[in-house]
Amino acid sequence: MPGIGIKAVGLRKRLKLNQALDGVSLAFEPGLLHGLIGPDGAGKTTLLRALVGLLRPDEGLIIFSRNGDPVAFDEISPTVAYMPQRQSLYADLSISEHLDFFRDLYRLPDGVYSARRAELLQITRLEPFIDRPAGQLSGGMYKKLGLMCALLQSPTVLLLDEPTNGVDPISRREFWELLYRLAGGAVTIVVSTAYMDEAERCARVHLLDAGRTIAEGEPRRVLHESGAANFDELFMRREAAGR
Amino acid sequence: MSGPWAVEVDDLSVRFGDFTAVDAVSFKVSPGEIFGFLGANGAGKTTTIRVLCGLLVPSSGKVRVAGLDAADGLMAIKRKVGYMSQRFTLYDSMTVGENLSFAAALRKMPGDVLARRTRELFDTIGFDQPVTMFVRDLAGGYKQELSLATAMLHDPEVVFLDEPTAGVAPAARARFWRLIRKIAASGKTVFVTTHYMDEAEQCGRIALMRAGKLIALDEPGALKTRAFPEPLVEIEAGPGAPEEWIQDVRRDAAVLALKPHGLRWHASVADAAGVERLVKALGSFATVKPITPSLEDVFIRLVEGADR
Repeated sequence: MPGIGIKAVGLRKRLKLNQALDGVSLAFEPGLLHGLIGPDGAGKTTLLRALVGLLRPDEGLIIFSRNGDPVAFDEISPTVAYMPQRQSLYADLSISEHLDFFRDLYRLPDGVYSARRAELLQITRLEPFIDRPAGQLSGGMYKKLGLMCALLQSPTVLLLDEPTNGVDPISRREFWELLYRLAGGAVTIVVSTAYMDEAERCARVHLLDAGRTIAEGEPRRVLHESGAANFDELFMRREAAGR
Repeated sequence: MSGPWAVEVDDLSVRFGDFTAVDAVSFKVSPGEIFGFLGANGAGKTTTIRVLCGLLVPSSGKVRVAGLDAADGLMAIKRKVGYMSQRFTLYDSMTVGENLSFAAALRKMPGDVLARRTRELFDTIGFDQPVTMFVRDLAGGYKQELSLATAMLHDPEVVFLDEPTAGVAPAARARFWRLIRKIAASGKTVFVTTHYMDEAEQCGRIALMRAGKLIALDEPGALKTRAFPEPLVEIEAGPGAPEEWIQDVRRDAAVLALKPHGLRWHASVADAAGVERLVKALGSFATVKPITPSLEDVFIRLVEGADR
């Protein structure tokens, strides 16, 4: 499989009193759209932050591979894009100014930049709003701008932390359509979400609860094996059973 | 139901510079009602709520909340309403008890009243976490419950909840909605916004906003019937489905709209004969069953395509 694969083995991380990761093991396959599914407090953000090297796990290993061969994180890190839950965009800068700013940050050549910019504005349908300051964008548009900034440099790995939280049903759909368009290529995508219905939209799901992986695989198979009709029900049952 | 209304909004508009956030909106809410306020991001929901809570003066139009209007003073309105806002609600680095005391102090509430109200509210809510616990250490769901308690400390008649359950686990969301029903049953009016359509189903009536305008207002069942006069079917393909089968469905003249719903598809079909034909065409590899539209279906149909 061409592209970057990520494997986590026995990750543990304690944040003050909270055992945020309690032995998480999972694998993200190259070029697929992965969903990291779990309620708040499941460990999704901590895991993503560990994957991009923003925090060091207390125990466990994170192994990256490129086209099947192990590769050091430092080698691929320039092409790993991460969109945190609370994206820090600049309220006073317009969409257009944000893109220019990130062009400078990534040192993109002009030709590459203008092509990429045009493509992103077209698929996000934000072209009519390029002069609007980020502070005046709706929730869905703000998230799309964050995604555009992350995508400007053509990443090989895209990690998105709850990109659709607080976003209305239609904008949520549009955001997923956007992800499908990206998923066609060789980019490995990991999206965390607390919306259980979004689990069904992923090629692979990884269910987290209380810092552990409780299931992973194709959504249909995971549901079938659990006997639940949907992912809401699957998590409800766990809670009812006292975990 | 005849008045007095818990909330009356008459031709309300709010403009920020040349941007109209709320555009000539009118509606009424009865006491004890669970009133769902839905719409896309930026449709004007939070702006309307801020006016109703006495936090924002409208550009034009009138509102009355719990029988009071602007002439009675914004402070008088603030005493009658509770507001659980979307973003900020609690101080993470203060304990449960400190958060409540702070909210009480802002409202100049005497200590004995605070103690009594805290007992009552914890009892109603079923909140059983220690008051000495830091808010940042509360597990998922408890923060929302405490936030609600804080918003209701002064015993308001109308409670505004702005996306109270965003990002909360399914079981905690269910628990929060049992609480909402309990509060409404006690005679309080609950005015709630949400992006979870399964929660919207639990509202008595739903107002749907689009680009500052109220585009629909009715009970969930009536909204569905109005938005979907024609049949809606759910299609789920099995493992034996031929490639590109969905393109064939899309090309079917009787299929008016086709939307993905996770692993399944929802198709609105012109008539019963069209449904029958679909069942025949797909029956060998897919299940096709008529369904009642969900509020997500309704939301998409009524809101999509317009400027928002």
